[in-house]
Amino acid sequence: MSPLVRARNVHKAFGHLDVLKGIDLDVMPGEVVVMLGPSGSGKSTFLRCINHLETMDRGSIEIGGEQIGYELRGNRLVTLAARAAAKQRGRIGMVFQQFNLYPHMNVLQNIIEAPVGVHGESKAEATAYANELLRRVGLADKASAYPRQLSGGQQQRVAIARALAIKPQLILFDEPTSALDPELVGEVLGTMRDLAGQGLTMIVVTHEIGFAREAADRVVFMDGGQIVEQGRPEDVIGNPSHERTRAFLARFIQ
Amino acid sequence: MGGTPHPFDDARDLALRDVARARAPVPYGRRAFWAVTLLVVGKIGWDTAHNGNFEWPVVAEWFTAASILHGLSVTISLTIVSMVLGVILGLVLAVARLSDNRLMSILAGLYIWFFRGTPLLVQLIFWYNLSTLVPELTIGIPFGPEFRHWDTNDVITPLTAAVAGLALNEAAYMAEIIRGGLLSVDPGQAETARAFGMTPIRALWRIVIPQAMRAIIPPTGNQLISMIKATSLVSVIAMGDLLYSVQAVYNRTFQVVPMLLVAVIWYLLITSILNVGQSAIERYYARGDRGNPSAKPVLADAGEAR
Ligand SMILES: Nc1ncnc2c1ncn2[C@@H]1O[C@H](COP(=O)(O)OP(=O)(O)OP(=O)(O)O)[C@@H](O)[C@H]1O
Ligand SMILES: [Mg+2]
Repeated sequence: MSPLVRARNVHKAFGHLDVLKGIDLDVMPGEVVVMLGPSGSGKSTFLRCINHLETMDRGSIEIGGEQIGYELRGNRLVTLAARAAAKQRGRIGMVFQQFNLYPHMNVLQNIIEAPVGVHGESKAEATAYANELLRRVGLADKASAYPRQLSGGQQQRVAIARALAIKPQLILFDEPTSALDPELVGEVLGTMRDLAGQGLTMIVVTHEIGFAREAADRVVFMDGGQIVEQGRPEDVIGNPSHERTRAFLARFIQ
Repeated sequence: MGGTPHPFDDARDLALRDVARARAPVPYGRRAFWAVTLLVVGKIGWDTAHNGNFEWPVVAEWFTAASILHGLSVTISLTIVSMVLGVILGLVLAVARLSDNRLMSILAGLYIWFFRGTPLLVQLIFWYNLSTLVPELTIGIPFGPEFRHWDTNDVITPLTAAVAGLALNEAAYMAEIIRGGLLSVDPGQAETARAFGMTPIRALWRIVIPQAMRAIIPPTGNQLISMIKATSLVSVIAMGDLLYSVQAVYNRTFQVVPMLLVAVIWYLLITSILNVGQSAIERYYARGDRGNPSAKPVLADAGEAR
């Protein structure tokens, strides 16, 4: 089986600050990869490179055999036009730390916006699927609520339903529970654990070590713009081989 | 706990303190303010109604005269057409101004600089007299072949000069208003739309603009009201708007004050209708807000404190 995501030698600098210094990462279809690492290590930046929200300076990223953001014409590598780049993002879901629901639309409209507007599904079809997704995230009765009328945990579960609604081949989570009150973290992690069990390909940036231990197929530890070590959760978390990993984990496991 | 009993432990006291019974006392200062205001307004109204110089019968006679109503319809249609064109062009300019494309941004900036920096009256006269500058209008490739051309005098009538002048000027102001509105929207919203595969145009149309409307509508209402009054400038290029029709009458009858009152009342009526419309639109775009969708919670609080 070939990897769904193939990142090679990804470099990114903001001005003089080297944020990513050569990231190589393969993600297999159906795999759940959890990325850990201290603040500023470049996790968000790498996630944003995967769906080309951020352009990178060197290297390449392929998803499903297609290079993201660029196209090889003969020997020339050209950047994709806005419309083609948008099409590539169509089947990559993303869940943000700050939820980023559309505040002027109700929950149902938030969920069907991309299926109807980007993928051309009929409204009836998209609505039926949206209602099913809302049931799955436990918010069947909130379809007509506006985001500001929901708690943080409910908003984030709507955001997850919105990401699922595009029938994604890959979902990216960027610290989905970091903006939540402690008692709301559990409900969102529970929803994500369900998804992980259903064969979805997920890349999750989080500080929830417990989630990494239970739901991850693989844990990747990043520091200083590089992948320091990766492997099965019981190895990386239970028995880290690298000093920097140990130092990072020591802060969570006391 | 123990110790001294807390007042809240007393059932009678607790019942008295139930805020469900509370009423806000009307302050004496506010009552006095009402009284003085009613008195002054009443006096002004009485004097106005009974002052013969206002010639109210003349006002009543001309208020719905055919020539006045025609002028009114010219004013209203000129306002609507110029405003619609101004908003559309303003939106294009605002997006161009914010675009990554340096050339587009500079061109939009130059346009805004020029049209905001010159008097509207001068622009109107300029469009009206365009034929003296360029006798022919041509569509073609610069320095290359020409496809079509017209005599400028055929194209530029008082109407087209008025619409061009008002709309192009309005676009410059609307561009800045819309740009401010677009900038007020959380950049995370456009990014989310992009992440979900929307093209930039679609993200703008579906996600950013609806949220920018909250900031765009109040100053646009202002612009619209200014525009209604700015249309009176077109009388200099022989367009028969409301003010022009009124002037045509008092130039014959010399009933200057009552005829101007006719115009003033019509202008006030239109702006009142627009205010009602604006409130309705603001309520629509305030949907999704938690609680009372009033656009002025801060001011309401300040009023209570008095
Ligand atoms: N648009 C930008 N312009 C300049 N610097 C940036 C930008 N985005 C990120 N950075 C910098 O890049 C570095 C890595 O940022 P990134 O957000 O990827 O870290 P992170 O690992 O996600 O951290 P955290 O756990 O705090 O979210 C940080 O030092 C940050 O200040
Ligand atoms: Mg981050």
